Amino acid sequence: MSYVIFFLAAIIAIAGALGVVMLRDPFFSVLSLVCHLIALALLFLLLRAELIAAVQVVVYAGAVMVLYVFVVAYIGDGSERLADRLRRGTVAQPLLRTGALLAGSALLAELLIALTGSGLKAVESAGAPYHKGPRAFGTPAFIGKLLLTRFLLAFEIASFLLLVAAVGAVVLAGRRGREDEEAPPQGAGAPALQGAAGGPPAGGELVEAAR
Amino acid sequence: MSIEWFLPISAIVFAIGLAGVIAKRNPLVVLLCLELMLNGANLALVAFSRMWGSGDGQIFALVVMAIAACEVAIGLGLIVAIYRRELPVDVDELGELQG
Amino acid sequence: MSATTFGWLALLFPLAGCLTTALLFRRLPGRSAGVIATAAIFLAFLASIGALVAILGRSGSQRELVSSLWNYAVTAGVNVRMSILIDPLSIFMMLVVSGVSTLIHLYSIPYMDSDRGFARYFSYLNFFVFSMLLLVAAGNFILLIVGWAFVGAASYFLISFWYRRRTATQAGIKAFVINVFGDVGLVLGTFFIFRHTGTMELLGSFHVAPHVFAKGSADVTAGCILLLIGAFAKSAQIPLHTWLPDAMEGPTPVSALIHAATMVTAGVYLIARMHTLFELAPAAQDVGAIVGALTLFVAGTIGLVQTDIKRVIAYSTMSQIGYMIMGVSVGAYAAGLFHLMTHAFFKALLFMAAGSIIGAMAGEQSLEKMGGFRRALPFTYGCFLIGGLALSGVPPFSGFFSKDEILLVTAERGDWHWALYVIGYIGALLTALYTFRMIFRAFHGKPVAEARELESGHLHHADVPRNPATGEQEDTDVGFPGPAHAIAERSGAMRVAMGLLALGAIGAGLLQIPRTDFVIDDFLAPSFAGSKLYTIHEHTSTLAAGLVIGTLLSLSGIALAYYIWVRRPTLPAIARERAGALYTLLHRKWYFDEAIEALIVRPAAIAGSFARQSFERVVIEGAIVGGAQTLAGASSALVRALQSGLLRAYATMLALGAAAVTLYFLLRA
Repeated sequence: MSYVIFFLAAIIAIAGALGVVMLRDPFFSVLSLVCHLIALALLFLLLRAELIAAVQVVVYAGAVMVLYVFVVAYIGDGSERLADRLRRGTVAQPLLRTGALLAGSALLAELLIALTGSGLKAVESAGAPYHKGPRAFGTPAFIGKLLLTRFLLAFEIASFLLLVAAVGAVVLAGRRGREDEEAPPQGAGAPALQGAAGGPPAGGELVEAAR
Repeated sequence: MSIEWFLPISAIVFAIGLAGVIAKRNPLVVLLCLELMLNGANLALVAFSRMWGSGDGQIFALVVMAIAACEVAIGLGLIVAIYRRELPVDVDELGELQG
Repeated sequence: MSATTFGWLALLFPLAGCLTTALLFRRLPGRSAGVIATAAIFLAFLASIGALVAILGRSGSQRELVSSLWNYAVTAGVNVRMSILIDPLSIFMMLVVSGVSTLIHLYSIPYMDSDRGFARYFSYLNFFVFSMLLLVAAGNFILLIVGWAFVGAASYFLISFWYRRRTATQAGIKAFVINVFGDVGLVLGTFFIFRHTGTMELLGSFHVAPHVFAKGSADVTAGCILLLIGAFAKSAQIPLHTWLPDAMEGPTPVSALIHAATMVTAGVYLIARMHTLFELAPAAQDVGAIVGALTLFVAGTIGLVQTDIKRVIAYSTMSQIGYMIMGVSVGAYAAGLFHLMTHAFFKALLFMAAGSIIGAMAGEQSLEKMGGFRRALPFTYGCFLIGGLALSGVPPFSGFFSKDEILLVTAERGDWHWALYVIGYIGALLTALYTFRMIFRAFHGKPVAEARELESGHLHHADVPRNPATGEQEDTDVGFPGPAHAIAERSGAMRVAMGLLALGAIGAGLLQIPRTDFVIDDFLAPSFAGSKLYTIHEHTSTLAAGLVIGTLLSLSGIALAYYIWVRRPTLPAIARERAGALYTLLHRKWYFDEAIEALIVRPAAIAGSFARQSFERVVIEGAIVGGAQTLAGASSALVRALQSGLLRAYATMLALGAAAVTLYFLLRA
């Protein structure tokens, strides 16, 4: 049974990845990535990483991708703009495409050779034995205990980093006073009132666009 | 279900992401492909965490996700700022970002 | 205090004087730089006398003292210390140098009074005296070479003292280049000798030399001939003499000091000091004697047709040094050095007197423009007469005794040295001839305008200052001679200096009257102990004959000069037309300048321009520098191309790099 789920999730993950790269419209790329993320969450579940799987779906697919969707909607797919600008990259285009293929396949080949050729005996196992219980491997309690004891510093720094990123995003995408004629000054206060979790810039733009 | 099945998938996803980062011109899509690479790494981390039976890999994956979120926020903020200034939203054109 | 302490003091005082005047010249009031410099040299002279007294207090064999202060260059096989050698020879030279220098410094104070480079002049002059004393007092070859080189440098400074004059700077460079040529000979000769003796100390070398060198062997002969090249360059012997007449561009006291009394005698000192080595190389001695004789003859002939008064005296210096070189080469060390001393006196006197008459002529140096200064410049005339008589070798003046003794020893060497003996006496005739030609032309005959002006009490000043050699207009600013000119009749200091030298010119002969007293011989004997040629000479008949012939030739030379230039002034012009070719040969100085120009200067210039055009431009600038430039440019262009600003290119490079690293680890496992 687990094999079936595994192969299904694997195929969807790879298909999603390919879709991100090969689809032309950025919006479809975003949607493709969402599929990929959910497939990956399935794979995490297979690996008994319950919290990680949940976080993947809720945070990654739920919040980060939503942010992406908002920005893609704001910017548009930009393909007209790309079509207009054919000045540069005429020589670089095919070269870089080849370079990309080369780099990607080289790395992939090496990794696969490393995996299969060297015969990783330890990885052949099914993994460590799994004990059921309240703080079993992979449960939120398990992760939470680790986060608050052994990895407390990493936890705190990560949260600090999130704060900094949020402030940075607001500053970067926010209005620069004289440069933007559209929005009246009192609108500048609105984005700052939003929460610090991911989404203030897009939210601010949405508020402004709604005027 | 042996762990060794998950690793090729991680490698494939990572490689696809890498190719995408190099080949795509729209910075949004480049960031998306960057996410792919991070996810590939996450998969490998979680797989190894399962192999050793310790939670370290999962914690690592969690932190990676947090960092990915931060990076997306900043990156998208940048792209929005670029769009706002009516510059071409194309990594090839943006060769001389200043100020 | 011991003799060596006095020796160090004698070196220290001029150095201190030089540094004081050089560093403090802005603070020194008025003309005190001159007084300080003169006092410094006078103290050096007193120190030399102190050394003399101290050494006379010791017995004969103990009169060679070496004193070392510190290690100068000590390494494998070479042990050079800062040491001086105080023995009779060096004290003799030190006394002559410091004594004559004091008087010349004294003379210079009024002479250079109006010059804006007053302090610079005196510091250079003190530096010169220091260098010369270092040269004669040096205890090892290295310090000798150092002193030699310093003296050459001081000569350059002083010849081109009026540095804004083109002729002066050219003369300075010419003197320096020829001197450097000689320096090379000196250094190579030192090396040849050092290679076998293994020591740089003078005394040590001389003790070892008879044991390591076979008499007449190639090594010691080569070494001595190289030393001779150095001596010839410094003492202006043929063919390295062309710098000396040009060196008259310097101020007259400089000519008196350096190019008459002291520096040009360094070659004579060198041969005398190295006598042990020269006696082991008879071939080198013969070379020295022949060159000395040749020089004295050629210089004498050139002196007959020169019109510049200083150049006449310069050629006479060259000629007299030819005598000295010949003397020390044939083994007449005491005679040669005695002639050095007397020559210093009367030659410096002649130059000083020439300075006086040039002052009266407001800077004009040509004999053709001078005449009849007898009444206007009586003191100067008297000095010229005394100097001229001494130079011509008329008894009882000092030149007579010294010159004849050299020729006597030359004759006693026998064989072909008789030819040199004859040349020596011909030279004596020529000497008398050109010396009195100069005196009669300048002081007898109708007084010229400047002389008449001076008789009425007014010293002539030129309206426009001119370069005496080329006649072009000049300034009286820094780097040019000052406006005023000094004459002996109006300056007490000049009279004192010239008077003392005149006394020396008259009386110095008393020190070494043949057959009667041997002061110099006895004094110098310890320095020449071990020399096979240093003996008291016995042959009375040759001696008497020589003295008589010498006197006759000198007097007849004076009489002939009187006849030609006083009684029959038109005669020289007629002779010039009759013997046109001979006159041209002498007037062009036997074409030595032209020969050197063609043989050495022009090929060197061609080689230099070839090096510049072909080698320097093509190989060095083109290939090496240009190549490096192109390489750097190409590599930086390559690196620049990588910095395209294209994000995706960077990402590609990143990825490829990561793949490469992974590959490495893959292969390693």
